[in-house]
Amino acid sequence: MRFAIVRFPGTWSDRDTYHVLHDILGQQAEILWHRETDLARFDAVVLPGGFSYGDYLRCGAIARFSPIMEAVTAFAEAGKPVIGICNGFQVLCESHLLPGALVRNASLQFRCEWVYLRREGGPSPWVDAIPQGAVLRIPISHGEGNYYADPETLDRLEASGLVVFRYCDAAGNVTPEANPNGSARNIAGIINARGNVLGMMPHPERAGEPLVGGDDGNRIWESVIRSALAAVS
Amino acid sequence: MPVDQAALDAVALSREEYDLLVQRLGREPNEVELGMFGSLWSEHCGYKNSKPLLRLLPSSGERILTKVGAENAGAIDIGDGRCVVMKIESHNHPSAIEPYQGAATGVGGIVRDIFAMGAYPVAILDSLRFGPLDNPQDRYLFHGVVAGIGGYGNCLGIPTVGGEVFFAPAYAGTPLVNAMCVGIAEIDKLLSARAQGEGNVLLLVGADTGRDGIHGASGLASRTDPEARFEEMRPAVQVGNPFLEKLLMEACYELASQHRDWVVGLQDLGAAGLTSSVVECCAKGGSGAILDLENVPRREQGMTPYEVMLSESQERMLVIAKKEHVAEVTALFERWELHCAPIGVVTAGRDVVVREHGVEVARVPVDIATDPPQYRRDGVRPAELAELNAFDPGTLPDLAPADAAPALLRMLARPNIASKRGVFRQYDHQVLANTVVPPGGDAAVLRVPGTTRGIAVSTDCNARLVYLDPYTGGAIAVAEAARNVVCTGAAPVAVTDCLNFGNPERPDVYYTLEQAIRGIAEACLQLGTPVVSGNVSLYNEAGGRPVYPTPIIGMLGLLEDVSHHLRAGFEGPDCQVVLLGAGLEQPAAALGGSEYLEAEHGRVAGMPAIDLALEQRLHQLVLRAHAEGLLLSAHDCSEGGLAVALAEGCILGGWGLDGVRDLPGRLDAALFGEAQSRIVVTIAADVFRQGGGLARLRDLGEELGVPVTFLGRTTREPRFRFGPVDLPVDELRRAYEALLDA
Repeated sequence: MRFAIVRFPGTWSDRDTYHVLHDILGQQAEILWHRETDLARFDAVVLPGGFSYGDYLRCGAIARFSPIMEAVTAFAEAGKPVIGICNGFQVLCESHLLPGALVRNASLQFRCEWVYLRREGGPSPWVDAIPQGAVLRIPISHGEGNYYADPETLDRLEASGLVVFRYCDAAGNVTPEANPNGSARNIAGIINARGNVLGMMPHPERAGEPLVGGDDGNRIWESVIRSALAAVS
Repeated sequence: MPVDQAALDAVALSREEYDLLVQRLGREPNEVELGMFGSLWSEHCGYKNSKPLLRLLPSSGERILTKVGAENAGAIDIGDGRCVVMKIESHNHPSAIEPYQGAATGVGGIVRDIFAMGAYPVAILDSLRFGPLDNPQDRYLFHGVVAGIGGYGNCLGIPTVGGEVFFAPAYAGTPLVNAMCVGIAEIDKLLSARAQGEGNVLLLVGADTGRDGIHGASGLASRTDPEARFEEMRPAVQVGNPFLEKLLMEACYELASQHRDWVVGLQDLGAAGLTSSVVECCAKGGSGAILDLENVPRREQGMTPYEVMLSESQERMLVIAKKEHVAEVTALFERWELHCAPIGVVTAGRDVVVREHGVEVARVPVDIATDPPQYRRDGVRPAELAELNAFDPGTLPDLAPADAAPALLRMLARPNIASKRGVFRQYDHQVLANTVVPPGGDAAVLRVPGTTRGIAVSTDCNARLVYLDPYTGGAIAVAEAARNVVCTGAAPVAVTDCLNFGNPERPDVYYTLEQAIRGIAEACLQLGTPVVSGNVSLYNEAGGRPVYPTPIIGMLGLLEDVSHHLRAGFEGPDCQVVLLGAGLEQPAAALGGSEYLEAEHGRVAGMPAIDLALEQRLHQLVLRAHAEGLLLSAHDCSEGGLAVALAEGCILGGWGLDGVRDLPGRLDAALFGEAQSRIVVTIAADVFRQGGGLARLRDLGEELGVPVTFLGRTTREPRFRFGPVDLPVDELRRAYEALLDA
């Protein structure tokens, strides 16, 4: 599978994502500068974490106007898999490829720590291979990951199975204590109606090998790889 | 025209220094030249008080690739054609005035030193000192500094993996903010900060130049300012732009790693801005330069040559490009959306000539500018030490057994001992996906990207001990930093140091500076860890009192196989817990300078002691036992003594301890004494079941001359039993997390 990893000025999870996809999972991957406009040769697009444009103005607000975003939007509208992680999730929301917004953590502080996520909702190529109710241990690293949407949108997301990850405890219980940033209804990751676009605050690319604390993040990459193989065969 | 005192004060030169300058120049300097010389001859840039003492430090070794002080940072060969590049630097004075920006730009400055060498920065550590948190001013400084470090480092995508935070009244209003950065480079891609080759071009890259930070080097960092002047000095603190630095870092790394042959040198602009950057590059390259200031991109109009030459605007780099590659270098930086302006050329002369629109405004001979007067002073041992050192903790009543458990809980909640998770969770410590042992243990362990090797990094300094005896305290700082990396299974190989002291013109301060350096030197020799880089920050005083003498030691350790490392927390139940080094029975003197003595008796007194030969044998013992696979965890026994080290083992690992109940000698000394050269290890359960672990450890201990003491077993039941203490681990944890939301 060929992954495009988009590098905006200020992106920093590009190398980590490349490491996991290429070195660990043996996939083809390429880091693309944000001035590129052609995504035809790729099967999936990753908008990684970082501080695009320094998060000045508002997280993701400037990156959405990068030249590559037109191609990313077309790619998503064609039903191909797109994932936005952390700052990438913020860019997807700013681009209206996903609803809602990420606001300042309830603690008003940056938080870098391991959290637990419960898989729900779907279908989506990004999570289809992960059993419903499964708990993944994946780190967060953000100052503005507090998911916000109006109550009607939240109801619609939940009713349509578009909430695919919620912050939970190790046993899978969704509790206020397990919510690291104040996100509405403990939401950690959502998909679009078609299921091909996933936005999530936690960093699966940082949970790619036991040496650095765990490899639960690979379940997400493996899922999209498996769904691509299924589509071919 | 004789210069008036106000002009000299503005650049912090003495009248004698000015007269010397005139004599060596053969003329009076003009205003621009005076500003340039004042900065370069300042303590901050010229090390005029500390250089003669720094020569006492051992700085060479078979792995060491750089000459100390010759480059922006020290480089250590780690095999496979790779090297570690590291340095620690202070940003104390700016942080006292404007904590967020002071700390943020401190991080920015040290990171530039690392990528100026052609290395990719892979880790940041921060060593912080504050006054007690119950003072609102110190609380403000603490929160501002931590937020500034996070705000800058997190944006760069470099993990902040370690450091320490220590509180004492001696730092009230005078925080210490030391930032260390570690990078990795291929040895043949290392860059030097030099200007060479007549006609090669000086390119100024990155931020535009503004009026910020003028006199940062000479004014802020090289004298003691009354706090009343803080408001007025605030404009001398620079404002950071981490986004720009991120682009600069990526562009410089691309230049060094892929186009090394396009350039002859790379240098950051730090203290004294363009002045020190250009002059130092010329000094190193044996060259001169002509600068045309009208080509320097400005942030504001109407800046004078004086302001342009002394601006400390952040996020700027000087590239010395080969004349035939200027276009390619410029294109590379422009691809990263950075400004890149040709501002001068390298000449065969020995002067830095500054012009504006073709008119010469300054001519600075490089050899004079980089050869400030050096002062060798006579120090006097601080008078108060005699009485403090003579204090015998044995005259205090011993701890009653019934009070042991509450005392342990109080100790764990002490800000100097309590978990710093509330701090390090505000720092991204995982980006780059190399963090194997995260902050919270003795040292952080990182994978060397693309290899199976690892590095362990730590900063340390128990300044209370340096205060009580600067020589011994300096040696202990090195020993403890080395012990920290040994506790991860890494062999200590090199040191970077940041010497934070008061006004060196005071004989008592000078004495502590000299003695601490001598102690560091002896420990570095004994432990085989040369000092590859460093920084000196003097004039750290408030209200007429210097801070504790605080020589921060940054230690690098190497692991051949990064997956074969150790952590501080107990790793499972049914492990044997063993103390290596001085045993359970401790003399009352072991309480000297301890956290316990200050916490429970309000005394900072006593005489610290260390046996460096024992320390080195202890390191050998741990590394050999680890190589044989005997060990499952290792934890340094330091602030808070053995009881705290054992409690931390339980808290970090989540297991209980069934420890020995009968403690010999004084109870307070056995529980909380801080004898040096002790490490708590556990023996893997399977090795233990085969029956050989402890016996083998005892054999090794006997061979190396290190006492080995059995302390108990870890338990599945999360309960801590040691001596008269019997407490649930959860209760220990609650105390230990006292600072979480501070």
